[in-house]
Amino acid sequence: MWLPSYATPSERLLRTLVVMLAVAVLLFLIAPLFIIVPLSFSKDPFFTLPVREYSLRWYEDFFGNARWMTAIFNSAVAAVATTILATTLGTLAALGISRPDFPARRLVMALLISPMIVPIVIVAVGSYLFFGQFGLTNTRTGLVLAHTALATPFVVITVTAMLSTYDTNLTRAALSLGAPPTAAFFRVTLPNIMPGVVSGAIFAFATSFDEVVVALFMTAAEQRTLPVQMFSGIRDQINPTIMAAATLLLALSIILFFALAMLTRRRAR
Amino acid sequence: MTAVDIDRINIFMAVRRAARPARRSAFSLALPLLAFLAVAFVAPILYLLVTAVANPETREVLPRTLVALQDWDGKSAPDERVYAALAEDLKVAKDNSTAALLGKRLNYEISGMRSRVLAAARMVEKSDGGPYKEKFVQLGQEWASPETWAVIRRDGASFTPYYLLTALDLRQAPDGSIERVHGDQAIFLDVLGRTLFVAGLVTLFTLLLGYPVAYVLTIAPKAIAGIMMLMVLLPLWTSLLVRTTAWVVLLQSDGIINDILLGLHLTSEKLQLIFTRFGTVTAMTHIQLPFTILPIYSVMRAIPATQLRAARSLGAGPSSAFWRVYAPQTLPGVVAGCLMTFILSLGYYITPALVGGPRDQMVSNFISVYINRDLNWGLAASLGVVLLVVTLAIYLLFLRLVGADKIKLG
Repeated sequence: MWLPSYATPSERLLRTLVVMLAVAVLLFLIAPLFIIVPLSFSKDPFFTLPVREYSLRWYEDFFGNARWMTAIFNSAVAAVATTILATTLGTLAALGISRPDFPARRLVMALLISPMIVPIVIVAVGSYLFFGQFGLTNTRTGLVLAHTALATPFVVITVTAMLSTYDTNLTRAALSLGAPPTAAFFRVTLPNIMPGVVSGAIFAFATSFDEVVVALFMTAAEQRTLPVQMFSGIRDQINPTIMAAATLLLALSIILFFALAMLTRRRAR
Repeated sequence: MTAVDIDRINIFMAVRRAARPARRSAFSLALPLLAFLAVAFVAPILYLLVTAVANPETREVLPRTLVALQDWDGKSAPDERVYAALAEDLKVAKDNSTAALLGKRLNYEISGMRSRVLAAARMVEKSDGGPYKEKFVQLGQEWASPETWAVIRRDGASFTPYYLLTALDLRQAPDGSIERVHGDQAIFLDVLGRTLFVAGLVTLFTLLLGYPVAYVLTIAPKAIAGIMMLMVLLPLWTSLLVRTTAWVVLLQSDGIINDILLGLHLTSEKLQLIFTRFGTVTAMTHIQLPFTILPIYSVMRAIPATQLRAARSLGAGPSSAFWRVYAPQTLPGVVAGCLMTFILSLGYYITPALVGGPRDQMVSNFISVYINRDLNWGLAASLGVVLLVVTLAIYLLFLRLVGADKIKLG
């Protein structure tokens, strides 16, 4: 169905092989993610399939354990604070950078994107040493500051992309009809770019909630986040309770992913 | 200069002046984020750069000794004045318990100095006064050696190239010349080479596996392509730690991959998969694949299908139509995807730490070890500088070839 009528037999064979290879690669991409789901519902503490008997014991273990619960709470607090900060700063910057008369746009954009590029360990160690000078290591504030720096590029990218399709005449019309600049922004511009802002916020939330390395350096036991708790668990002795945690994180990712997909589709319409 | 030219310049300047308020207000919107990044992102990295060359220990612990060493000839053992100053400094150091700090710092350059400094500090505390030269030399002939004193004098400087040199397997000899380190201590170039090699391998595999996927995404019927796209984007969305966890489980000796291999009789005994280079590269390839696929796909999507047909109808065979018409046009996507994956692979920490063996640890892992276990911040920061320089060099290449505004999410 995907071949022109003049294709040679060898070309048909090759095309079939390419399609098969692509399907295999896609399975390679997706299968490992879903391996952990059945394992987390297994009654046995082994990591083999098929599962012989299903049970919720690892979830009971997870939700009954104060350490995991504290970790979830810490992650949620840090992620919400990061989201608010990163979305505000990133949206403002995107609004500025999208104006036609923004000076040195390429340079500023390269700088704003650089937190995505710099190796995470360097951000982690730099933050650990620098924030340590102000007593901010092992505090939630320090963690949120570092996470916000990592999350802002995502907001800048999504909102800038949104603004590239936004008709600025709408804002101008509002202004010319006498709206004060703030009203024009909150009642005309912002509602129109909202999908981009929310996408950015989702990215920011996920960035903070999933981040391990900076959290590893910047937190002590009291601020320990869910990924850090998982990381140390795997390092010591991997156990099925970690499978339950991983499955819950996977579920959260899928929910966020579909929320984002819906936003994108609404934008396309 | 004619009058017309001057008019032109004046008009140009006037236009720029007129545009200034607009430029300023556009820039002021980006200012809060720029200021925030300056404090929370740029300052920590600059601090890391300073830590790589900072050298406070000797200056702080041995101020009198360094003054006394100023007019030492550097050829023979210094005179009693220097030893007396050292004794004075070590007494203070013993009281402030900073002698260990100094010992640790000097020990980096001359092994055995830590215990020698501590022994000397104990000796000074017990001793009832000078002359000290003999007492120091009695503790160890090294205290009479000009090389020891040359190193102490050199370490009196505020900044030191020591850590950066060490991170490149170089060292400064007591006479000041720079030489290559050999044997057991020469590990860091190996680590850097390994990091580049693994990143290159991962980039190559993601390209070989990702290119066909990107291509099939462009030719598949819309509904199927949508599902395929989902299978590319969903892993990208899943936390890196979850994906690494999945590989830790899969690669276990009693894990699923070994079960399958045994079940298919492809192997008769369980293979060691976790804590190997194979495991690390496989897991990293899995994690990086979407980063390579997406830029290639977005370029391929823009190539009209009619071009290949035109090439064929003009007499090109299937392979020459692909290699001469199609492949060259996908090159921008290939470059963007590969550079992105290479840059990100250089900084991997979590995956090698959990899936790799001791021989698969990358620069990032060594940085973490020197911060957390050895408390050698200077060396950790220097390794960070090396990693940062390599990464930024490739990022600059990326900016030149691709551009920051081309980075898209999904």
